[in-house]
Amino acid sequence: MNETIELKRAAQAATTVEVDIAGLSAQVAVRAAEEGILDVAYCDIESPVGTLLAVATTEGLVQIGFPDQPRDELLAALATRISPRLLEAPARLDPVRRQLDEYFDGRRREFGLDVDWRLSGGFRQRVLRETARIPFGETRSYMEMAASAGSPRAHRAAGSALGSNPIPIVVPCHRVLRAGGGLGGYAGGLQVKEKLLKLEGILGS
Amino acid sequence: MRFKQIVSVVGAVTCLTKPLRRPLNTQMPATTSALPPFQVLVEAHARTVAAFLRGMLGPEDAEDALQETFLAALRAYPRFDGANPRAWLLTIARRKAIDESRSAKRRPTALTEPDSIAGPPPAEAPAEELWAAVGELPPKQRAAVVLRFAVDLRYREIGEAIDCSEAAARRSVHEGIKSLRTRSRTTGLEEALR
Repeated sequence: MNETIELKRAAQAATTVEVDIAGLSAQVAVRAAEEGILDVAYCDIESPVGTLLAVATTEGLVQIGFPDQPRDELLAALATRISPRLLEAPARLDPVRRQLDEYFDGRRREFGLDVDWRLSGGFRQRVLRETARIPFGETRSYMEMAASAGSPRAHRAAGSALGSNPIPIVVPCHRVLRAGGGLGGYAGGLQVKEKLLKLEGILGS
Repeated sequence: MRFKQIVSVVGAVTCLTKPLRRPLNTQMPATTSALPPFQVLVEAHARTVAAFLRGMLGPEDAEDALQETFLAALRAYPRFDGANPRAWLLTIARRKAIDESRSAKRRPTALTEPDSIAGPPPAEAPAEELWAAVGELPPKQRAAVVLRFAVDLRYREIGEAIDCSEAAARRSVHEGIKSLRTRSRTTGLEEALR
């Protein structure tokens, strides 16, 4: 029908507009944070080991994703497990970005960030909390981590806890190596683990 | 679009090198929610909602209303059943558009402003003039006409967005067009609507 085509053309000319999605999300996120309804915020952080996905709740940093991890699935899982009120909101991640930049520049040896541990429970969380205390430039074995978490013989479980570390780099699971000196595993890939160990002077470059 | 629309949600956090023998987390509050991240809705539907609000309010007020709509949606999101996000967002947007028109205490005539992107047309063609008159329609008819012609929804979808039956949505659109025809004075318009 002619008139509807004409009206549609005029309507679409009058209403079609470029929408700045990132700008809109950021503005909504700022106001949501003021109201206390921004439950989960995330943003990309550029780093020498690739673009990291950083995620924070109102409690603190809850997850860091490596570039090869599927971000849509990771965020969907957080929406289900924590809250679907989840937005791209760089502002909440400002301290994380700044401290990671300083770390990768060699200007920071210790992170002073609030951490939300809720993605890990029980023994896993104990292992990860102990891992967070390993000083810059030092290493531990999986066995030592099991012992410090209270179960000296649970080195395999400690390895699994470290493999599931939701907050790599800031919780420095890269500082945990095999007893014989082997690198062990790393969720972000062994090259990333090597790079971090070199940055800290543990491996020669 | 950076997000894919995610329907099924994976249960496990993906930062894993080994399969889990037991659930990762033991401290999570019980929830059956499988809503996607709110960001997914923003990325999938912001353009549609923006077009609707421009049709309802004109370009300037539409920008504020767009932000208000998504903020209101975020507030209500945990209670959303997840079934039809576009209709849900358009319902909220329609309420915001009505609030906006009322609070500004003015007739919604902003539609006559020239489109800043296309630039001012040299002379208004009949259809443009006709479209400008949409701003004079009562809110429900205006919403139905905007959803039909600017957002390009089917009558069933219009009904979902303005909370009425498909037949009632069709009636609202037709009444809107009829009313536009009555208001129009130029011969061109009369012909365009015949």
